[in-house]
Amino acid sequence: MLRATLKSLLARKLRLVLSGLAVVLGVMFVSGAFVTTDTLGRTFDNLFAEGYATTDVAVTAKPKVSVTEVEGEQFETPLPASVVSTVAKTDGVKEAIGVVATDGARVIGSDGKVVTSFGPPRIGANWTGLDAIMRMREGRGPTADTEIAVNAEVAKAAGIKVGDKVAVLTQLPKQTFTLVGIWGYTDDRDSLGGVQEVAFTTPVAQRSMLGQTGVFTQVTVRVADGQTPEAVRDRIATELGGAYDVKTGTQLAEESSASFKEALSFFNNILLGFAGVALFVGVFLILNTFSIIVAQRTKELALMRALGASRRQVINSVLTEAVAIGLIAAVLGLAAGIGVGALLVYLFGTMSGGLEPASVGVPVAAVLSALIVGVVVTVVAAVLPAIRASRIAPVAAMQDVATPDRPLTKVTVAGALVGAAGAALLGVGLYGAGSLTLILAGVLVTFVGVALLTPLISKPVVALLGRLFSWSVPGRLGRLNSGRNPRRTAITAAALMVGIALVTGVTVVMDSAKSSLAAQAEDTIKAQIVVSGEQTGPRPPSFDEGVLTRARQLTGVRTVAGVWNDQAVIDGERTYVNATDDLAKLADAYGTPGLTTLRGDQMAVSSEVLQERGWTVGSVHEVQLPRGELHRYSIAATYDEDRMPGSYLLPAAATKEFGITQPIFGYVRLDDGVSVGQVLPEVKRLVADSPEVNATDRSAFIEQQSGDFDTVITMVQVLLGLAILIAVLGVVNTLALSVLERTRELGLLRAVGLGRAQTMRMVTVESVVISVFGALLGVVVGAGLGTAVVRALDGEGITDLVLPWDRMGLYLGLAALVGVLAAVLPSIRAARLNVLAAIAHE
Amino acid sequence: MSATPVAARADEVWKVYGSAEARVVALRGVSAGFASGKFTAIMGPSGSGKSTLMHCLAGLDTVTRGTVHIGGTEVTGLGDKALTRLRRDRVGFIFQQFNLLPTLTAAENIRLPMDIAGRKPDPGWWDTVIETVGLKDRLGHRPSQLSGGQQQRVACARALVSRPDVIFADEPTGNLDSKSGAEILSFLRASVREHGQTIVMVTHDPVAASYTDRVVFLADGEIVAELDEPTPETVLEAMKSGEVLV
Repeated sequence: MLRATLKSLLARKLRLVLSGLAVVLGVMFVSGAFVTTDTLGRTFDNLFAEGYATTDVAVTAKPKVSVTEVEGEQFETPLPASVVSTVAKTDGVKEAIGVVATDGARVIGSDGKVVTSFGPPRIGANWTGLDAIMRMREGRGPTADTEIAVNAEVAKAAGIKVGDKVAVLTQLPKQTFTLVGIWGYTDDRDSLGGVQEVAFTTPVAQRSMLGQTGVFTQVTVRVADGQTPEAVRDRIATELGGAYDVKTGTQLAEESSASFKEALSFFNNILLGFAGVALFVGVFLILNTFSIIVAQRTKELALMRALGASRRQVINSVLTEAVAIGLIAAVLGLAAGIGVGALLVYLFGTMSGGLEPASVGVPVAAVLSALIVGVVVTVVAAVLPAIRASRIAPVAAMQDVATPDRPLTKVTVAGALVGAAGAALLGVGLYGAGSLTLILAGVLVTFVGVALLTPLISKPVVALLGRLFSWSVPGRLGRLNSGRNPRRTAITAAALMVGIALVTGVTVVMDSAKSSLAAQAEDTIKAQIVVSGEQTGPRPPSFDEGVLTRARQLTGVRTVAGVWNDQAVIDGERTYVNATDDLAKLADAYGTPGLTTLRGDQMAVSSEVLQERGWTVGSVHEVQLPRGELHRYSIAATYDEDRMPGSYLLPAAATKEFGITQPIFGYVRLDDGVSVGQVLPEVKRLVADSPEVNATDRSAFIEQQSGDFDTVITMVQVLLGLAILIAVLGVVNTLALSVLERTRELGLLRAVGLGRAQTMRMVTVESVVISVFGALLGVVVGAGLGTAVVRALDGEGITDLVLPWDRMGLYLGLAALVGVLAAVLPSIRAARLNVLAAIAHE
Repeated sequence: MSATPVAARADEVWKVYGSAEARVVALRGVSAGFASGKFTAIMGPSGSGKSTLMHCLAGLDTVTRGTVHIGGTEVTGLGDKALTRLRRDRVGFIFQQFNLLPTLTAAENIRLPMDIAGRKPDPGWWDTVIETVGLKDRLGHRPSQLSGGQQQRVACARALVSRPDVIFADEPTGNLDSKSGAEILSFLRASVREHGQTIVMVTHDPVAASYTDRVVFLADGEIVAELDEPTPETVLEAMKSGEVLV
């Protein structure tokens, strides 16, 4: 029986390739994710191991607000200079160096623009000489307060050379220095992992990066000969007490790497999620292929039954075929995944500038997941066709009747039940439990339900869609063909539906959110001019506070308010907070009456937060900002969250303790009757020295703020592209089989005068009808899912429901194009059929 | 050969399949003309080349050597486009089986070549054909709802309705019971007698051949005998004479 199965498998190479391809692509995505994460993980291991190689022990102050790599940027708490001398005096310490090194030194390049970074920090540091892996390329380290040195990464990105005047943005307004040196690293590297570094003299570094002199971010310790870092670490820890973290270089390397890996695993999970969608779609394709294979093998299987094979043997025969395809596909997918992983790592290295990727490795997880996913998915998809195969009666071997079209009642009832179950899950997930797992499960189950209902829907819809093409004979024949096998058409279309429904759903939610936020901003922000910037690195863009003061003096300006942003711990809970230089002015800029200037010990909190945390106006809470001591603020005022920026608003004094001590937004409200055109150029001139930000009118600002939603839509479109690609393979598969099955019919048509071009058009119309039907289902289901989510989020501020007709139309148009492309090979095959051979075809 | 114009003609046609040792010669210099307005049968045993001759005449297959004409047009050497147009506009086909598209109704199947060509059937002729084949009340049925004989009558109607120069029929009654077969043959003959249609039919059935005006006997790729105004008896006679074994 096994030999018969394998022989029959080999005889159907084409089908093996087509159904296997879906598994290959899915497995490729899964193993590619694992390979990428693993390789990048080891890249970071190497990077940090090298970065901390010259550090035996390091001392830092405990962070006031700890933030992991996944959650944002952590600000180091400065430690006083006295710590450096205490450490230096500790037994076993050979050398203790006070180091300033923190993110936020933004060099302005020779083109006048801020040098951007996609990931690695832009470190501003004090010059403490060359360490073991640094190599001076040119010049020397800074010795005067007007001098800086940079690493070669910065020099290249900024296009600057020794002797140039170079402007740098820090916590202070723009300062200009003379570049006196450029350094690189061993092995002729420009940087360690793409990190941009600017070195100042120690006092300049302290003022610019930490906002005060006499403090450092870290003490780096070299231990005396014969001492172990661990012993010295313990001694320093005892000496300094609990307010400081004392760690060995090895420890730090591991911790830093671990925190990056956490961020990577997040990235990994996203990739795996999309791989899951792709595989889900793959199941449809494999199910369809196996159904067709079983239908075509009816005689063969019946003969086996007649010769005494049991039902179980028939099932096993089909499942063996599935296991074989699954295994081959898994191995190919794994190989492709390693390729994709290598490519992603390479791209990551190139994008982040100078990250030297570790050699590509294949973790056990990648191999195991590839094999398990490949085989399990294929076998699961083949179960139903296998059972159907086992029900073929032995007598079918003797009869020349095609299996009649079975009635759709059972499928339809099942579809209605499953669809209802999916909707119920979704409902509970959205409105009741609010659990993402339930929502996702609901979405998937709904897809299965709709897929089961699709054969029923396909009859009228396909007939209707086909009318569009009925003006020509080939078009009409194509339309009739697409309606011939409702199950096959349905499952092919359903596969396409999944990807398109998800994209449409996300688009509906994002567009609704965008429109709601824009409408809200339109409604609330009274400021006509906004100063803000686009992200150019890990930290948000900021500008000189002086811009606010100078803007207030412009004629025609009514109020100007600045907003600062950071994370803080409030009553033990970490949250994003805003601060403003003057609440009354901010309220005026937003057009919210009734808020007055806050005292230094007061904050304003949104009514939503008050309700959620059970606070009241007047209650007092503990607030810890990234710098400074623990403060107690009383709640002086409350506001509707839609009417002001952020949930917490802290007083002006608090801004000194923010990680970024510069404002990130400035709102300018004009006097009545003053036109934006009069004042905007003036404000633009004021921010000329802060090239990270720009002054725009209100509508441009709102547009800019909603840009993120478009980015999310684009990302989802790209990632779901794979699922859609697999669905397209399904269309190709179905068409190829249709052409094969209808060889004699094609021969007849050619004999009675159908031209080659007309034959191709006939196949293409069938393809387009199936594709557009799938896309139509996807758009409808997606719009439904999106609407459900938007309605559920009504309370979260998404009040508008926007159905993106243009994008939905685009998806339908693209589906038609996809249909044309999918038909290329099958239609060429159909057109090239030899008329005589086709007529004689059995 | 008669003085009437020739609808289809083969001159010194050779058809060789394969090469070297696997060489099979299907036709060895066959020359034959098929007169307009006549019903001709091609007979011969299996492997005699009768089907190959018909395929070559109809432009379904290429010849190795020699020429084929339909009407005044030389078929040999035509490209796929011209051949397709020739089949569509000037030739009709009736195959032994699988003549109809299962997705189309009987009427749609009959109209198919005209539809492909973008022509309208002449209404008078349409009615005549439908009446002749006796399908008036079956026009809306799909092939699966028709009997084998009815399906074959639809195929005949399709071949007739576009008034081709010549209809090629390949064992049109091979799959039918004798009564249905007789019906088909009767109105094929009627269409020749009454409407001047030209039909070339491949068959191995002496009774079927007796419906025609002339029988051409083929053996081993060569024409070995011809018989005008055949009856079943004369056909059998010719076959029995030993030269032609069917």
